[in-house]
Amino acid sequence: MTTVAPAIRRLLRFFTAHVDGLLLGAILLLMAMGLIVLYSASNASMPRVSSQLMNMLVALAVMWVVANIPPHYLMRLSLPAYLLGLALLIGVALFGDVVHGARRWLNVGVTHIQPSELMKIAVPLMLAWYFDRYEATLRLKNYLLAVVFLVVPVGLIARQPDLGTAVLIFSSGCYVLFLAGLSWRIMAGVIASGLASLPFLWSVLHDYQRQRLLMLLDPAQDALGSGYHTIQSTIAVGSGGILGKGWLNGTQTHLDFIPERTTDFIFAVYSEEFGLFGNLILLFLFLLVIARCAVITANAPTLFTRLLAGAITLTFFTYAFVNMGMVSGILPVVGVPLPLISYGGTSLVTICLGFGILMSIQTHKKLVQS
Amino acid sequence: MSELTINPGVEVRNSQLELHHFRLRLAVATGFVLLMFALLFLRFFYLQVVMHDHYHTLAEANRISIVPIVPNRGIIVDRNGVVLAHNYSAYTLEITPSKAGNLDALIDELSTLMEITPKDRRRFNKLMEESRNFESLPIRTRLSDEEIARFAANRYRFPSVEINARPFRQYPQGELFWHVVGHIVVINQRDLDQLEADDLLPNYRGTAYIGKAGLENSYEHFLHGTTGVEEVEVDSGGRAVRTLSRTPPVSGNNLVLKLDAKLQEIVFRAFGDRRGALVAIEPETGGVLAFVSTPGFDPNLFVDGIDPQNWNDLNTSPDRPMVNRALAGTYPPGSTFKPYMALAALTYGKRTPQQVISDPGFFNFGGHVFRDDKVGGHGLVDMYKSLVVSCDTYYYMLANDMGIDNISKFMPKFGFGSRTGIDLAGESAGTLPSQEWKMRRFKQKWYAGETISIGVGQGYNAYTPLQLASAIATLANDGIMFHPHIVDYVENITTHDREVIEPKPLRTLDLKPEHIAIIKQALVGVNHEGTGARAFAGAEYVSAGKTGTAQVIGIKQGEKYVEGRTQERHRDHALFIAYAPADKPKIALAVVVENSGFGAQAAAPIARQVLDYYLLGKEPARPAKDDDSGAGN
Repeated sequence: MTTVAPAIRRLLRFFTAHVDGLLLGAILLLMAMGLIVLYSASNASMPRVSSQLMNMLVALAVMWVVANIPPHYLMRLSLPAYLLGLALLIGVALFGDVVHGARRWLNVGVTHIQPSELMKIAVPLMLAWYFDRYEATLRLKNYLLAVVFLVVPVGLIARQPDLGTAVLIFSSGCYVLFLAGLSWRIMAGVIASGLASLPFLWSVLHDYQRQRLLMLLDPAQDALGSGYHTIQSTIAVGSGGILGKGWLNGTQTHLDFIPERTTDFIFAVYSEEFGLFGNLILLFLFLLVIARCAVITANAPTLFTRLLAGAITLTFFTYAFVNMGMVSGILPVVGVPLPLISYGGTSLVTICLGFGILMSIQTHKKLVQS
Repeated sequence: MSELTINPGVEVRNSQLELHHFRLRLAVATGFVLLMFALLFLRFFYLQVVMHDHYHTLAEANRISIVPIVPNRGIIVDRNGVVLAHNYSAYTLEITPSKAGNLDALIDELSTLMEITPKDRRRFNKLMEESRNFESLPIRTRLSDEEIARFAANRYRFPSVEINARPFRQYPQGELFWHVVGHIVVINQRDLDQLEADDLLPNYRGTAYIGKAGLENSYEHFLHGTTGVEEVEVDSGGRAVRTLSRTPPVSGNNLVLKLDAKLQEIVFRAFGDRRGALVAIEPETGGVLAFVSTPGFDPNLFVDGIDPQNWNDLNTSPDRPMVNRALAGTYPPGSTFKPYMALAALTYGKRTPQQVISDPGFFNFGGHVFRDDKVGGHGLVDMYKSLVVSCDTYYYMLANDMGIDNISKFMPKFGFGSRTGIDLAGESAGTLPSQEWKMRRFKQKWYAGETISIGVGQGYNAYTPLQLASAIATLANDGIMFHPHIVDYVENITTHDREVIEPKPLRTLDLKPEHIAIIKQALVGVNHEGTGARAFAGAEYVSAGKTGTAQVIGIKQGEKYVEGRTQERHRDHALFIAYAPADKPKIALAVVVENSGFGAQAAAPIARQVLDYYLLGKEPARPAKDDDSGAGN
């Protein structure tokens, strides 16, 4: 007995050494909620639920592995990962497969990959690495160069077109710039000129993207076309009321009125069945995750880890906000899943990879400091 | 510019200050996160609390569909239960034009799966013009099992096409009853406007067809029934998931007719391919036993929407099958008018039965000669003989003696010049000439010379075969008159309650029975020893009748009508009125055969076949042949 106990203790330590308990707890709660909603959204399809459970286990495993990699290894990976991602994006633009009118996938022989997914992590890594490298001598030109590092992949992704991913990556880059101390005056100037150049931006948008923005202003003008998603999801949310219609009882859900209801629009299902009360719980859980991540960020030891952690935290927030905003009809429909809830392995892995980085930053701190 | 840095003047930064700046920015970002979440919360509050009722209503409207359940239309049977109109269910291939893009391309593609004839396309196009665009319209009806299976396998390719089971109206007797039973048609915009004006629209939700002609039209109210309602939960594709509540429809009532299908068929066969009409009435009830207008037309062609080719044929045919001759065709009654003239004379005291005139073969009125058909005349003629041999001169003189006023006062008693009130729409009133009528119609005064030909049923006289039949039935029934009616009773198919179309006498004519008896006796004489004798030779019952010949065009003074020299369409119409048995009449009828010459030749043999069948059950072996040796008019 006496020989076994330390062995178990050592094993336990091996598994938990680099895991942040509070963050993991909040993540697991959200995942559990995700499975419950998915069960309803998929019309009680157990295969769907167990396949998502598998996705979650894979994502948690990835998280664990990443959490065990010290941040300075990640730092070394930054430039190669970014360059690889950029090369793949160019590859997509030249040789990508067109699926549903968008060129997002690249055939790499054994499988099809979506390089934009990689860039969700690679871009903040690259920027954080870049600012950290020139920490001592940061000048305006560094910020300008960082903007170039950001805009090139975002532009390529927006052209695919994949507005949702472009928005997420762009915002993650902006967060890094903001946290890296870009002066308020410049930010104000950029925002002002950004507003001034809206007409130009409008002119470069794809027709369907403009359509979605217009729909937001008046979804009813094309109730059976582009406005359909927004109208039906808004009805689902609104008809949920304070306490919701009850699990498995959402009429909008189960009579097939909500499109994409296991993926991008799963929040409509949740909101219809659990009401305002359920929404509050969900917002609270998201806030809990963000708060824990913010604490980790605030305590991160180096500029690289601070910027990276901050970007990951705020990107997670962006996911949640953009998704709930689009389902409830205050943001245009862009393909952004609800983090940890929506069905789908890719985004789950990307998000958990981010959490793994945060855990790594949190748990390797002492080592770095010592 | 190279001097411009974020923290000017400090090359090696203070890492504590740096951290402080960073945390400040992080705090700003966290504040932003909270603000955005608060915004989301406000949005949720607005949707789920403030606007909840609105969105609840929308969700329910999404979910619940009110589906009308169309009632079964009542069926129509003859007096013996022979089905004249009924329903059957069949599968149709339907296109919703508003959902389909290029219709021609779509139909081309469908035609690779099943046969779609140019006729189907024409009919579909016609339906398109008439209908509301969001409805589904049949491109093919009566699909076979194989066709259904072939389409089902390719269903996914045609989102705007579906297969529906629909009730169809069928008229098993085809053309025999078109002019009585009528037909139903697909409801068009005009019908909808009318239904809305009559406040009937809610009951027609989901109903595709409406009675357009005949009994289908005049008894629409009884036949249609009450539409039921089903509240169903539907999914986004409109497919029903489950029923929430259901109010069943009430089927339409059945019509049981007075008409005898077999008799109708015998009449049709007796006409062969000649044009004309026959109406037979049961005198003691006014029930219509046979109601024929030839040529007929198969009403089944109307049910799915008639295709333009058939529609065109129907409208341009020189035989004019669309005209309901029995109901709306007006003909001079010719000599069949004489019995009523004689009765008027007795009633007004202008003649006694015994009074005798001498017939020289013509009547001269102010230098204008009115000819009798028999050269040299009939000699001495009393009232009995005047009817039996159909002596024109007797009636020229009589009309002259009576004057137009007496004639136009007496004839309405028998219904001449007014609608009989039969339970069919579109009845013509005919023309009973009078001084006022002529003034109204032509703004001219009546000339005494015009009265002369009125006496022999010519001139402005024009009546429908139905009016002639109703008049002879009234005479046969000793002056007790009924509204002729085709429907015996309306039967509620669930309660089996019968609403009998009451055979209440419309009026009893104020005529002396002895006068009526004199006329009836003379009409028996017509079939016994007069102009109808040949047609009724050897009959096993005593019948009464009167022949008639109606001029289609006027014959010039001094000219004689010769049938062979006249164009077919200008030949005289043959008429015959009759009833039997003479002592207790069970059936009275009027026949008109267009452009067939003398009534005794063409019309009386048809009447004979009808009476033989109705009274004795004898079925004729062949169509009634013209009796070409007969004479008289």
